[in-house]
Amino acid sequence: MPLVKQGRITTDLFVHVADGAELPGDGAILIPAARFLEDPEGLLKRAGKVGVIWPNNRDLDDLVPYLGRLDAVALMFPSFRDGRAYSQARLLRERHGFDGELRATGQVLRDQFVFMLRAGFDTFEVKKDSDAEAFASTAKSYSVFYQPTGDGRLTALHRRMQLRHSESAGQ
Amino acid sequence: MTSPLQQKIKITGPSMVTANRTWDGVVIYRTAQQGWSANLSDAAIVRTSDEARTLLNEATADDVGAIGPYIAPVELKDGGEIKPGNLREHIRSEGLTIDLLPVPA
Amino acid sequence: MYAYDELDRTLINERVSEFRDQVKRRLSGELTEDEFKMLRLQNGVYLQLHAYMFRVAIPYGTLSSKQLRALARVGRRYDRGYGHFTTRQNIQFNWIKLAELPDALADLAEVGIHAMQTSGNNMRNVTSDQWAGVAPGEVEDPRIWSEILRQHTTLHPEFSFLPRKFKIAITASEHDRAAIKVHDIGLRLYKNAEGETGFEVLVGGGLGRTPFIGKTIKPFVHGRDILSYVEAILRVYNQYGRRDNIYKARIKILVHELGIEKFAREVDEEWRQMGDVGLTLDHSVIEEVRSRFSYPAYEKLPHMPDELKQAAHDPLFERWRRNSVFPHKVQGYSIVTISLKPVGAPPGDATSDQMDAVADLADRYSFGEIRVGHEQNLCLPHVAKRDLPQLWKALDRIGLATPNVNLVTDIIACPGLDYCSLANARSIPIAQELTRRFANHDTAELIGRLHINISGCINACGHHHVGHIGILGVEKNGEEFYQITIGGRADEGAQMGTLIGPAIPYAEVADVIEDIVEAYLALRDRPEELFVDAVKRLGVEPFKERVYATR
Repeated sequence: MPLVKQGRITTDLFVHVADGAELPGDGAILIPAARFLEDPEGLLKRAGKVGVIWPNNRDLDDLVPYLGRLDAVALMFPSFRDGRAYSQARLLRERHGFDGELRATGQVLRDQFVFMLRAGFDTFEVKKDSDAEAFASTAKSYSVFYQPTGDGRLTALHRRMQLRHSESAGQ
Repeated sequence: MTSPLQQKIKITGPSMVTANRTWDGVVIYRTAQQGWSANLSDAAIVRTSDEARTLLNEATADDVGAIGPYIAPVELKDGGEIKPGNLREHIRSEGLTIDLLPVPA
Repeated sequence: MYAYDELDRTLINERVSEFRDQVKRRLSGELTEDEFKMLRLQNGVYLQLHAYMFRVAIPYGTLSSKQLRALARVGRRYDRGYGHFTTRQNIQFNWIKLAELPDALADLAEVGIHAMQTSGNNMRNVTSDQWAGVAPGEVEDPRIWSEILRQHTTLHPEFSFLPRKFKIAITASEHDRAAIKVHDIGLRLYKNAEGETGFEVLVGGGLGRTPFIGKTIKPFVHGRDILSYVEAILRVYNQYGRRDNIYKARIKILVHELGIEKFAREVDEEWRQMGDVGLTLDHSVIEEVRSRFSYPAYEKLPHMPDELKQAAHDPLFERWRRNSVFPHKVQGYSIVTISLKPVGAPPGDATSDQMDAVADLADRYSFGEIRVGHEQNLCLPHVAKRDLPQLWKALDRIGLATPNVNLVTDIIACPGLDYCSLANARSIPIAQELTRRFANHDTAELIGRLHINISGCINACGHHHVGHIGILGVEKNGEEFYQITIGGRADEGAQMGTLIGPAIPYAEVADVIEDIVEAYLALRDRPEELFVDAVKRLGVEPFKERVYATR
């Protein structure tokens, strides 16, 4: 499964550690939420980056205390139709100020890229090679946005107001 | 969607497999020649649940050509003519049961 | 009318390009139907019995003549020469080819029409009063707010994959023509004691399998805060709405299971934590949107022009005027409802030729503007009273002057089993038979206001629960049967109808409705007592007795 990070297909430096599997001695790991919460302090002390895979039906409150020390959070899309992780992503970025890697995992297809980027994701475990290859062009498929989110893109309304101001200033 | 491979299939009378054609949506029927036809008279008729399952699996494998194949009942007339087995299939095969605009006087 | 600017146009063109690519990938096999289904639904494309159905949004029910002509053209070029207006200010085409859909969308995009989010589990077309901006006594034009919400809900990055579909309706009149109490969110615009514009916010209304009347979640939300408050509701719903069972996934179930108080606390808590996230609507922002609505330059006209006085001698004109012409906020003008319910025709259908003709009439008599109401009728919102006789003649020539607005033959009906893959029974032929039974306009006028709503299945697209008489098609052993409810209403006093007894077979439905109407005529205490009020006073028993005593 190709990984797209910062807009490019890249090697995944994180290793997914399954429940019950042995932890690698060093290197970057992505670890399931329940296992992380069993011993968060211990895990955060180990050498190597630590990321948590957070289920989309679990309250973020349990994760928030550790956000400052986590390198990555992976949010789950168990199916294309299940959009809970979009809310979690925005909350992590916009409310809790998380600035590490925010990864989309699960059923990740081309047709969600723009929504995910706008919600704050920067890393994508893409299901299909062809979708990963189309990432850059898909990300540019929209240039107009109606809603303000934490991604900093200007909204249509904002652009209209700017235009209005520049017009009235020019008179 | 549950794969037809896992679905329990039980038919109680002569049946066919029908779907809609992907590019234009037209009603189509699975034929005995492993293709599709827009005429109900070309439909492959199955009489046992095993036959029905096989025909449906074949039809489902053609995801590019057809959408949503399913098994539906037919009525076989004495002369061998195939008729839809319920109102829904009657409407799909024969068209609307209603007058459209402009209303005939 | 709202005028699209370059940004709005760019966005819908980008959407068309995206969908064109998705259709291409589907037809080449790169996308499976399973993957493609969600994508096509988000562009209004269903698969029905005979073909694909294409649902196009008419935001808050406002159309320009140019837009109506474009819809007529789509009907002619890509379909079979007609379209069907729905109960949510959409139009549906029934015979579209998937391969041609991107072209149809591109044609519509040229006039600022789109089909985004007309199906799928997202925020649907924002609907409003079809008399918005022209109804006497209206607080202010709710379409400004509808447009703000339309933009905010279009391709929302957080709420495009909700547990289930989500519908918002807005009214700014005391009399609710937008059925806000049966929407996921209903907004009633009013001014508080300080004269500030805001909304009573209702949540959790809806029909379908488990009908609920919406409950007030907040009696007043200031206009500047409405986007952030709606956002808070949606965020709570997106996270906690049920996803395990499609029949329990609407927000009404969440509100019901939590209780309105607890749900309101969750929303308030989210709203408080949200703080200022750029959703506050400053005065200048609202004015920016308002400035792109244009209003007609009304003339100063007499209340009772000579043309109207003369035409009053023609009883046929008078009957139509009494029935289909309504007061306008500007003296000398009227609102004209165009009935799409001619005797014997499918309710809400219009041919492409009729659409073109109505567009021409709108140019001549209504400043180029047309409205679409949830009752599946059209409306010309700014007709000078002196033009009414001419307009009537022109409408009559194209079969659109049936004087049955709000009467027993002004039936709301879903497409039913003739078209719909979800339906259990037919709706349209029942409606057609009823319009023939009550074809005599004098009888219909004698009966007075009576709304019959027909749905072909429990999903309730024909809003049967809130019909004065509701007819619901069900299937029993392969036969079509119909359950009859009475006493429902969709307005500010919204309530669900009561079932009168066991379902009746297809062939007897029209007889039963006639019996119910006859019982009403015998039982009403005066001619002004409407059917629905008589049911309220008497209960269902006398009607039930009449229907089942001999069956």
